[in-house]
Amino acid sequence: MKLHVDPQAVEEAAKLLYIRALKVLPDDIKQGFTRLDAGEGDATAKTILATMIENIAVAERTDNLLCQDTGIPIYNVMVGRDVEVDGAALKQAIRRGVERATREHPLRSSIVHPITRKNDQTSTGRLVPVINIDFDDTPATLQLEMIPKGSGSENGSFLKMLIPADGLDGIKRFVIDCVMQAGGKVCPPTIVGVGVGGTSDLCMHLAKVAATRALGSTSADPEGEKLEKMLASAVNSLGIGPQGLGGDSTAFAVHVETAATHITMNPVAVNIQCHSARRATATFTPKGVEVGF
Amino acid sequence: MTHHDFYMPVSEAQVRALRVGDTVTLYRTLFGIRDATQIHMFDRGRKTRFDMQGHAVIHTAPNVKQVPKSNEYPAGYASICVGTTTSARMERFSRPLMEQYGVRLIIGKGGLGKDSAKAFADLGGAYLAIIGGTAALETTWITAIEDVDLEDLNPECLWRFGIKGFGPLLVAMDSHGGSSYDRVMKTAEERKAAALAAIGVKA
Repeated sequence: MKLHVDPQAVEEAAKLLYIRALKVLPDDIKQGFTRLDAGEGDATAKTILATMIENIAVAERTDNLLCQDTGIPIYNVMVGRDVEVDGAALKQAIRRGVERATREHPLRSSIVHPITRKNDQTSTGRLVPVINIDFDDTPATLQLEMIPKGSGSENGSFLKMLIPADGLDGIKRFVIDCVMQAGGKVCPPTIVGVGVGGTSDLCMHLAKVAATRALGSTSADPEGEKLEKMLASAVNSLGIGPQGLGGDSTAFAVHVETAATHITMNPVAVNIQCHSARRATATFTPKGVEVGF
Repeated sequence: MTHHDFYMPVSEAQVRALRVGDTVTLYRTLFGIRDATQIHMFDRGRKTRFDMQGHAVIHTAPNVKQVPKSNEYPAGYASICVGTTTSARMERFSRPLMEQYGVRLIIGKGGLGKDSAKAFADLGGAYLAIIGGTAALETTWITAIEDVDLEDLNPECLWRFGIKGFGPLLVAMDSHGGSSYDRVMKTAEERKAAALAAIGVKA
């Protein structure tokens, strides 16, 4: 069976996903809060977690945004087999969806030109929304994932071109240093995304993929998975806590993504996701469009 | 650990009475301010017509909707979602806000640095931590957008909000050199070597 994707349906989905992502947190993140709250020993930290949990309920009850930051809109498109889609039209449709969500809801446009700082009030600009397109072998399926990446945690982004002599110890030390430097500025509890290997740009991209992965998922690379567990316990032993005000709940998790790299290189990147770990997904199949996380 | 109800504006003595760990709830008036607002005010020579003497500012840029002016919407804006942004980017504006405009309280998330701490001590100010990412809740504490200045900077205008029971907020930096953030980072520094050793990293 073939899937034909209509750009108009993509535009509608792109608009709906942006608004939905800003209002409803995925279940895995809600469960992450419950887990952190159960293990938290600091009284202030427990109060802060309780307020965050209350906010999730208030946002749903009042049909409001979880956080004022509408973020940088990112769309990850995964195209399966036997999918017929006009790629250029798809990209235009996503952009129109973002513009319509901003105008029709309305949402704060958080996007400015990087040099003039001019805000067109559309949440779009040069190369924004960010659109990543990839392919997999799922039959007759196109998946559209929307991530409104908040700036407080996006400013907690770091890259270091370590050398082979720095070894795995250098990678671990760098991650801990980044988490300490980020402190409360990145709105902990966070998901710490770590990219290891690749080129500089791929390494940074992997860190973003890791930071925006669902809680409970693990690195596809068994070596990455080992590192995830180790780093999570180290990060949470520092006592930074929710909002950087102290406690055990500094990170929900550390996620690691890896890529092969060059014999002379040992790159490591960190990208942090704040506790408002928002995402929404639309899955297009011949049966129709299904919206989820 | 004392709770304070502040009917804005407040005096220097009221702010100097605050200690790290105390909580504060604000009433009546709150000003919203952001990166671009302060870049224009302090780097580009623009002035605001607002009197912020003894007042509190919050690091924010809200989601708003333009509506016809009315008693309910005196500035022609409905507040959709008002939250808080990371304060650290605005560190260098704390002192001029206090010196030139008489601001007493800064509300934000993530904390401010040494220059702000010194300004709080010299001039009588404090930093109140709000919980970042809880904007849906904060929005319920706002009664109206009463006025707006530097409107061309939207959403980074200077906003004047009417508020009811805005808080409780945590005093995280006071005028006596106290800072929750310094205390937490000191702990983290002390624990760092053990954290690394536990995952096999040699000192």
